[in-house]
Amino acid sequence: MLEGILIGLGTALNPYNLVFVVVGCFVGTFIGMLPGLGPMSAIALMIPIAAGLDPAAGIILMAAVYYGAIFGGSTSSILINAPGVASTVATSFDGYPMAKQGKAGKALAIAAYSSFSGGVIGAILLLIAAPFLAQVSLAFHSTDYFALMVLGLTAVAAFAGQGNVLKAMLMTVVGLMLSTVGTDQTQGVQRFTLGMIDLLDGVSFLLLVMATFALSEALMAILKPKGDADRLKEKEASSNLGSMKIEKEEVKEMAPVIGRSSIMGFIIGVLPGAGATIASFLAYGTEQRLAGPEKGKLFGKGSVRGLSAPETANNAAATGSFVPLLTLGIPGSGTTAIMLGALIGYGIQPGPRLYLDQPAVFWSVIVSMWIGNIVLLVLNLPLIPYIAKILAIPSRFLLPLILFFSLIGVYFVSFNTFDIQLMIIFAVAAVALRLLDFPLAPMILGFILGGMMEDNLRRALLINDNSWSFLWERELTLTILAIAALTLFVPMLLPLYQRWRKNADRAGEGG
Amino acid sequence: MFKKLTAAVAASSLMLGAASVALADGHKVVDEIKFLIPGGAGGGWDGTARGTGEALTKSGLVGGATYENMSGGGGGKAIAHIIETKDQDTLMVNSTPIVIRSLQGVFPQSFRDLTPIAGTIGDYGAMVVHKGSDIGDMQTLLANYASDPSSIAIGGGSVAGGMDHLIAALVMKNAGANPIEVKYIPYDAGGKAMAGLLSGEIAALTTGFGEAIELARQGEVNILCVTSTERLSAAPDTPTCDEAGSPGTSFVNWRGFFAAPGLDDAKKAQFVEALEKMYDTPEWAAVRDRMGWVEIYNPGDDFVKFLEGQEEEIGALMRELGFL
Repeated sequence: MLEGILIGLGTALNPYNLVFVVVGCFVGTFIGMLPGLGPMSAIALMIPIAAGLDPAAGIILMAAVYYGAIFGGSTSSILINAPGVASTVATSFDGYPMAKQGKAGKALAIAAYSSFSGGVIGAILLLIAAPFLAQVSLAFHSTDYFALMVLGLTAVAAFAGQGNVLKAMLMTVVGLMLSTVGTDQTQGVQRFTLGMIDLLDGVSFLLLVMATFALSEALMAILKPKGDADRLKEKEASSNLGSMKIEKEEVKEMAPVIGRSSIMGFIIGVLPGAGATIASFLAYGTEQRLAGPEKGKLFGKGSVRGLSAPETANNAAATGSFVPLLTLGIPGSGTTAIMLGALIGYGIQPGPRLYLDQPAVFWSVIVSMWIGNIVLLVLNLPLIPYIAKILAIPSRFLLPLILFFSLIGVYFVSFNTFDIQLMIIFAVAAVALRLLDFPLAPMILGFILGGMMEDNLRRALLINDNSWSFLWERELTLTILAIAALTLFVPMLLPLYQRWRKNADRAGEGG
Repeated sequence: MFKKLTAAVAASSLMLGAASVALADGHKVVDEIKFLIPGGAGGGWDGTARGTGEALTKSGLVGGATYENMSGGGGGKAIAHIIETKDQDTLMVNSTPIVIRSLQGVFPQSFRDLTPIAGTIGDYGAMVVHKGSDIGDMQTLLANYASDPSSIAIGGGSVAGGMDHLIAALVMKNAGANPIEVKYIPYDAGGKAMAGLLSGEIAALTTGFGEAIELARQGEVNILCVTSTERLSAAPDTPTCDEAGSPGTSFVNWRGFFAAPGLDDAKKAQFVEALEKMYDTPEWAAVRDRMGWVEIYNPGDDFVKFLEGQEEEIGALMRELGFL
């Protein structure tokens, strides 16, 4: 193994290849910042360039662009509440409130450190456990994925805790309902398309999240202009915008969160049917519960833990998704599918024999992940104060820019004007819901998980001849479902139990 | 913000497709092609149009190319657009789904409302099992299926009634079994279906031959048969489905180009000539190898005949399966 690492280091540290790491990180960060262009499109844009390079340099370039784009995506989630890809939605939950409190620089720094740690720990796990984990990735059947999505949905409790439980639940159901629009995968039947061809493929995630998060945020700012006192406070806050200072206490708070989230994120990333999005939601939900009632209440209002957990987990999961790609030749995500295409273009077929046949490639991929993460951190930390200053732009310039970039971002993916009309409808509906105090995050959660949950359940039912018995007959499924039930009901029942105890004690005293 | 803006402009010019003008050095056949892509950026259609355009312009066969993405309605929007504008310089990329979706009535038009130019690249279907499976060959699979169809769950990377399902049904039907009993399990991508096969939750998988052969070389899967009419040079030991017990099975997932309805014959001949000459250029070889494409050249009237045959066969199968 040591020999392999040395081969990899030799390849990746070659000055010619280092240039590609630096360029890739830069390009990736800027592409990732644009709403609508995530890691997948960033890599796709690089393929024609990478095709002209030798395999090692090409892969290094793509890995660097990949990490850069993930980091860039977090930036737009934090600064303007515009998560361009599903895996950074959870980042916006606490990152955006933090930026609004005038701590944008700090939020970006926490995101950068967390991403870095998640990526580096993930790469270490990849190094020591890839062949073993390849087996784990195949242990999951559709029924287990269904259970995992149910577990993911329990993260909704993190929002229910802050206010109206019923409203959070309602919005989750709205999200689940929206995910059923389009052609049904199992029967090929059209559902809720209202006879419109533009709805055949369903509602796109990007469209929904841009409309309900970024657009509605901008519209709200216009509807509810800030008072003088707020403005003064904001002015004060913006003078610190660029400050990246993280207190010692916060570091202490982040360290265990990063440790847990990176391991959890990596393992979920290894599963071809799960990925970075589920990982980020699960990490967010888990940390909210582990934080205890005091700190848990801060989630959604700019919690350090709430920002660090999903950022760590999604990067670790992105690294984890390389396990099935490199060891089995199976792409678990859109991004790794594009990477697979590029590798095959070089005449390299990932699979169980890659490690033996092409050790230089195998190891340079892993080593380039470390180097990519380090370069990314070194490049971006000095830039953060400047990036954060975006928020210092007066709203009369910033708001139109946000509107422009969210609309353009969605349009450039589909090139369909219908999408823009649909976006405006969703944005108006989102503004109305916000005015009525309905939380929108549970809706996005329901929407993202709903589709995957249904597909896996329907598949499991087909395989089992429409019998539901797999829910209790498969141990793995049952275990995951039991964890989901516990995490959902224990916090709900605990206060009831305590009250009952109190009453019982009092009754005892009275008697 | 400025940096964001420049990045946006750079990205948009990349995505809208910068018109690349090659030097006309005598053998130019067509002045300009406007490629119309019925899907978004980064998909299979997008790659086919841009790759073909790159080979045509770089080799000087075509003076310049532009690309327009127009997604919506499973490709229906772009078909309506080319029929409406009747633009003589436009070539629309499409593939097997144009036949399937027009049968399903997703859009009211069919290839008959366009001028088919040529099928250019394609892939055959393959029936695949896990290396450790006790199903060693096609005969065993067919025998097991005959005794209990529900014991053979066959996965694929398309929706029910989509291409992978139709391949499975076609193979079973030609083997004399009832295609309606095929227990088809849909996954949302070929890669996930492959993971399902390796995890053991499905017994077999229908997928593209190109995807299957790579994993077969790694020793993870066995290809039971391929839907070509003759054995392929890439896998001379793999039988065709026709010889392995499913006589008459032949299926190609093609990709090709269509022009506007009522295109004049001279222009049509130019398009065909440009594509035909493209296959001998080193620029094409570079693109083809980069994308892993298989050449299946099928121009003009032969292409129309092929489409009619495919429509008839798939239509009959879909009616039998209850999808029409």
